[in-house]
Amino acid sequence: MIHFDHAGVQYDGAAAPVLRDVRLRVEEGELCLVIGHTGSGKSTLLAAINGLVPHFTGGTLTGRVLAGGRDTARFRPRELADVVGMVGQDPLAGFVTDTVEEELAYTMEQLAIDPAAMRARLEETLDLLGIAELRHRALRTLSGGQQQRVAIGAALTAHPRILVLDEPTSALDPASAEDVLAAITRLVHDLGVTVVLAEHRLERVLPYADRVAWLPGDGTVTAGDPAAVVSQAGVVPPVVELGRLAGWDPLPLSVRDARRRAPTLRSQLPGTPPVAHRCAHTDRDAPPALTARGIVVRYGPLIAVRGVDLTLRRGESTALMGRNGSGKSSLLWAVQGSGRRSAGRVSVAGAAADPADLPPAAARRLVGLVPQTPADLLYLDTVAAELAQADRDAHDARDAHNARDVHNARDVHDARDRSAGARGRNAADGRGEAVTARAILDDIAPGISPGMHPRDLSAGQQLALVLAVQLAAAPAVILLDEPTRGLDYQAKAGLTAVLDRLAARGHAIVVATHDVEFAARACDRVIVMAEGEIVTDGPAATALTASPTFAPQVAKILAPLPYLTVAQVAAALDPVPAP
Amino acid sequence: MSAVTGQALPAARRRHPAASGGGRLPRALHPVAWWIWACALATAASRTSNPLLLLLIFAVVGVVVTARRTDAPWARGYRFYLGMALAVIAIRILFRVVFESGVSPGDLIVFRLPSIPTPAWYAGVQIGGPVSLQAILSATLDGARLACLLCCVGAANTLANPKRALRVLPGALYELGVAVTVALSVAPQLVESVQRVRRARRLRGAGGRGLRALRAIAIPVLHDSLERSLRLAAGMDSRGYGRTGSATAASRRLTATLMLAGLAGLCIGAYGLLDTTVPRAAGLGGFAAGSALCVAGLALGGRRVSRSRYRPDPWRWPEWAVVGCGLATAVALCLNAGYNPAALNPGLSPLQWPSLPLLPAAAILVAALAALAAPPPPTAIGAGR
Repeated sequence: MIHFDHAGVQYDGAAAPVLRDVRLRVEEGELCLVIGHTGSGKSTLLAAINGLVPHFTGGTLTGRVLAGGRDTARFRPRELADVVGMVGQDPLAGFVTDTVEEELAYTMEQLAIDPAAMRARLEETLDLLGIAELRHRALRTLSGGQQQRVAIGAALTAHPRILVLDEPTSALDPASAEDVLAAITRLVHDLGVTVVLAEHRLERVLPYADRVAWLPGDGTVTAGDPAAVVSQAGVVPPVVELGRLAGWDPLPLSVRDARRRAPTLRSQLPGTPPVAHRCAHTDRDAPPALTARGIVVRYGPLIAVRGVDLTLRRGESTALMGRNGSGKSSLLWAVQGSGRRSAGRVSVAGAAADPADLPPAAARRLVGLVPQTPADLLYLDTVAAELAQADRDAHDARDAHNARDVHNARDVHDARDRSAGARGRNAADGRGEAVTARAILDDIAPGISPGMHPRDLSAGQQLALVLAVQLAAAPAVILLDEPTRGLDYQAKAGLTAVLDRLAARGHAIVVATHDVEFAARACDRVIVMAEGEIVTDGPAATALTASPTFAPQVAKILAPLPYLTVAQVAAALDPVPAP
Repeated sequence: MSAVTGQALPAARRRHPAASGGGRLPRALHPVAWWIWACALATAASRTSNPLLLLLIFAVVGVVVTARRTDAPWARGYRFYLGMALAVIAIRILFRVVFESGVSPGDLIVFRLPSIPTPAWYAGVQIGGPVSLQAILSATLDGARLACLLCCVGAANTLANPKRALRVLPGALYELGVAVTVALSVAPQLVESVQRVRRARRLRGAGGRGLRALRAIAIPVLHDSLERSLRLAAGMDSRGYGRTGSATAASRRLTATLMLAGLAGLCIGAYGLLDTTVPRAAGLGGFAAGSALCVAGLALGGRRVSRSRYRPDPWRWPEWAVVGCGLATAVALCLNAGYNPAALNPGLSPLQWPSLPLLPAAAILVAALAALAAPPPPTAIGAGR
């Protein structure tokens, strides 16, 4: 169905080709999963299938790419619209019309399909994707999962034989992601559509894949049987990691397969894990770093946050979870003081005033927030300029702060002292030298060239840059709004390490995330929100094992044993002496 | 059988209160019908400066909009048009008071503004001076007429989904329609981006003013919108937008030639009709030839586009009725027959209460019948959230 025949792509002015000598065959009715790090050429590979590369993006295509028997060199994307359906990462950006029904009809209108057939197909598609009740809704009012399903539907109404999806679930909460994936697998199984899918969180998709194409990053593509390719690739989901650890062969790819093998492993493991899922730095003796009482956020009739109380401790890293629109972002913004807050008080350790009552420059020294689209904060031409500006801002704010003489010691330095064993406040350090943003960035993500344009950085690097900018103001509390969006395994591991170090220095951290595997690795505490209220608040070990939706794969496989990570299993197995 | 229907009907009525009136099914009227109706009313309004008639037109437009608008986002904008109409009247009066207060002998002076002398080379414009009641009144009426036109356009925009209206463009102009649709959707997205970036800027501790703030807001917003438009373009391309169908290069060239010649003909015709020194026949001829060429070009261009339309708006008797109501009003006010034409534009000197000419008033009331002729608007279930 799809055939890459010694295909290569080189963009104009690039030193090396993005893809070279790609030989890949995807047969009819297969689900092919494309994996690889950010920047390895996944998007280029996908866009080459319907001719967007090179017709739309420019660049040179060598070799041949056939989609449904048509050579993409001769057919433009619009002429392949009846063969290849394309769904992007951000469905909202690709919508042309404004209601669900019109959007679904758009492709068919372009293909001049008979009105009667159009009507019938549209009804079928609405049912197939379970979006019939949304048909008259405006696209902007839909949730992320619904938008993604509409985007898939809009591509499907043309009855393409190939469907290409570029990270369709990266912005979705676990339940919506399941809905979208269920819809995709249904297409593969019931309609025989050939699906090519790029995805960072492979643990979700791997069980359904018939073929995996791995881009190691040098422009080549290794494709083949999922188990074989995945074990070759560096990136593996926890289920595979666990399978390797337990020596299962063939490697299980789905929780179901693994669970059938697990009874023996479960019987070997002690009832309580010998080590915690992560090394906790929570300081239970110190006064709380932040206390919020009765936070309410309302937008007109909509109540986004409904009287939430929140206490954050130093050195504690908290995952804030819940479906899209459950009020996570609103809560973070309200706590930081920059967002809307209709009622409630926030007090930060060492500060007399509520951050919402302070000018922004002072508020960010108490609570730092990294927004969902970190690039919103970047406006200068180079990384170096951004970092210098961050230092100037922090310096100005510090001067203003000291002039007002509010009793707020430099928390980071304070925390560093504690971690070094020197408890108590060092007055001299209170207004002492600052850590430069550059030093923080090198600590978080070493090797970012100062001359680069911030927009040319990868998603993970941009996040690191914004985190460094925010940390330059040395806030005691750091809030991150969905930082894992669009990050690959490596970048996520990097972020986990960074958060770990920040926690060790005494920062209180809150991470809003949909990624349960990330939460299991990076967080001590889990808060789940629904309808603007906190429904679960507890240690990660209990909160993540209690609910099937928010359980990481290892917990699902080993339930009822409360294990969260493969490392815990390894630690439990390792010291077992031979009988 | 009848017992079953008898039970089912009230239940259905309870669910759709809008449907109960006249038992007609709610549906959206063809957007072109609303536009013709509104343009006809605007024509009528431009013919008169009688305050009573203008007020009547305002009232008719208000009634029809209230009765037949949906609860869609674009339908909530009528208040905005009303505000703009009031602003137009206010500005008109202000300008009249400040700049041109030529006073004729019989005028009633209301107050005097300090007069600012203008240099000799700038004669003709007078700033300040005595302000007469007649001047204020005539400015009010002028403004009211303009405001009335604005309200008619606003009504059309409120009653007909502007995007659906674009869908009825002939096939050859489809690309233009899509460009306008996309441009329309960019504005709210830009506003959203600006709000988001401004809010995010506070996180860096910076205020929202000054040149640096402008740069800090503009650059991320521009990057954002550029990226978004590229993604939209890629999406539209992969969804088949701009498929050329069976057009050959020769037919495309012929279409372009026809369209250009037609437009030139229209320009010449318009000039001929407006310039009194040109014989009227020449103007009419040019106009007709231009129109014919344009129609031919559109038809030929439309043939090369292979595209179908999902659920096209039907054109049935309510559409004819609404168009008829509007045109009747326009014709009655343009014909100057059956009533004293002077009653449409009553003089201000001597000052007197204007009389209400019966036939034009009745004709304007006919336009209000559109509210009854049009079917009830569909209730968008869950569209608002």
